[in-house]
Amino acid sequence: MTSPALAEPLPSSVRKPGRVKSLMTTYRVPLSIIALCLLPWLLPSKALAVNVLIYGVVAVGYNLLFGYTGLLSFGHAAFVGAGAYITGIAIGQFGVPWYAAVLLGVLGGGLLAFAIGALSTRTRGIYFSMVTLALAQLVYYVALQASSWTGGENGLRGFTVNKINLLGYDINFLDPVNKYYVLMAFAALALWVVSRILNSPFGAAIEAIRENERRARTCGYNVERTKLLSFTLSGTICALGGTMSALHLAFVPLDSLHYHASGMIVMMTLLGGASSFFGPFVGALVFLVMEDVFSLWTSHWQIIVGSIFVLFVLFLPKGIWGTFLARFVR
Amino acid sequence: MDTELILMQLFSGVALGAILVLTALGLSIIFGMLGVVNFAHGALFMVGAYAGLWVASLTGSFWWGLLVAPVMIGLFGMLIEYFLIRPLYGRSIDDPLLLTFGLSYVLVEGVRIVFGTDGIPFPTPSALTGVLDLGVGFFPIYRIFVVGVVFVVVLLLWLGLEKTRFGLIVRAGARDPTMMRVLGVDISKVWLLVFGLGVGLASLGGVLSGPMRSVNPEMGSLVLAEAFVVTVIGGLGSLLGSIIAGLAVGIVISMTALFAPEMATIVMFALMALVLLIRPQGLFGKLA
Repeated sequence: MTSPALAEPLPSSVRKPGRVKSLMTTYRVPLSIIALCLLPWLLPSKALAVNVLIYGVVAVGYNLLFGYTGLLSFGHAAFVGAGAYITGIAIGQFGVPWYAAVLLGVLGGGLLAFAIGALSTRTRGIYFSMVTLALAQLVYYVALQASSWTGGENGLRGFTVNKINLLGYDINFLDPVNKYYVLMAFAALALWVVSRILNSPFGAAIEAIRENERRARTCGYNVERTKLLSFTLSGTICALGGTMSALHLAFVPLDSLHYHASGMIVMMTLLGGASSFFGPFVGALVFLVMEDVFSLWTSHWQIIVGSIFVLFVLFLPKGIWGTFLARFVR
Repeated sequence: MDTELILMQLFSGVALGAILVLTALGLSIIFGMLGVVNFAHGALFMVGAYAGLWVASLTGSFWWGLLVAPVMIGLFGMLIEYFLIRPLYGRSIDDPLLLTFGLSYVLVEGVRIVFGTDGIPFPTPSALTGVLDLGVGFFPIYRIFVVGVVFVVVLLLWLGLEKTRFGLIVRAGARDPTMMRVLGVDISKVWLLVFGLGVGLASLGGVLSGPMRSVNPEMGSLVLAEAFVVTVIGGLGSLLGSIIAGLAVGIVISMTALFAPEMATIVMFALMALVLLIRPQGLFGKLA
């Protein structure tokens, strides 16, 4: 005889995934890369595709913290911006080769994430969002004041990368298709790293913290250290996105550090779906395509995007991709 | 550096701090009661300043703007609570935060559509222009007025919360809303009023700060960051904390502006980082 409680179906998150779903989870990195290879040929312009790539990396990295660890940071623009600024300064003012500049940008952004994470993970609950926002604004004002390094309000210029030397071949980096596929290699690497993190025991630990922090603590996990590590990893991947954007634009606007830029990352992640691996990428795609289309009609496109975001929070909190997965993929 | 200059700058810090106290109090009251961090608080501050300007230009009098705009925007805040935030109670605490963030985009862009993207000067009312000689230096009358208004508002707020029946319900509701329901109090009405009150305080801050800084659609984003810094330092949900931290931050900002102007905006964040290292729950906050 079964007790009535056992006869009830388990919630979908606990239920054993069906064949399609488990295949999609196992091969999520190769499937994502196939989608990325096709992307520039499906979008109206190659520049838009490069942007989707960059913000896709940023949103996926951000989602490691937001979707999987359950921490709503409003300061990730600081790490994206730090990656971009460090890469730009390294190339423009020190003549460092581009690959070393990328490495420096990623490491520097990661270090900043460690510092801000160390302070903000000391706080609990709703404080966390406010503290990350405030600390990231500190970075914004420091960049504004340190204008001899950062160009202040005008942003950072003067570090154009024309050619990339790869295994003896010179690749023309000004060609949008070349640029896309070079940057795609970085995006693929980032997706693989995030997927590896999520498959590791550490990935299980951050999800345990998201589901129930007290229980995770009781199970013996060092919650503070796990949160800090997740924050640092997430910031590091965002910094990679930042260095990609610096290579792409040959320009770092000061506004890339503002908390509105952080909010944009949050919006993208939520529009696509924070509960899924590829959702944030879909969110970045949808957000940037919306921006592209609406800004043709009106300079006030933000009012449309903001309203759509409000409607999503109210009625579709799982986002586009998350809702699609929940409804059609078993 | 003479003492007169330092005193004047100190007073300017108190006036700046008074505005911060108003915004932080609004944020803190809403959080203490509803558990919602209002990310549209800065945007509503800005909308309040524009509403004040609009009413003042319609009636030709600053005083009507000062009186009517906070009430108007407070009522608007009630609509926001009723239609947008209420459906989110019982969901993750992050959801109202995300919603109000999206809303701030809509508000800022809406103001840009109606009033244009450029800043608008907000004239100081003629009765309050000029300076007052207090023996130790000359102080702008408008700033003295601002400090006075904030003092009266804070006093009324304190009396309202501590000495009236409604204040009793608010304080009890912040502790245990379920128990208040059991006792037959319609707590959702209280939430509605408290959200309106918090938004009203923010927009009063907006109107008051209008003549001190020019009015533009982006003015809210610095205000939001400042209000966060103040509430984190003072302790979220603590009214006394908001008042003390608000004045302290105002004074620190303007004293830094005197000695190292390029550090003025940075120093308050550094202060917050310091408080976080020593007391993560804020000076007057309780451990969660």
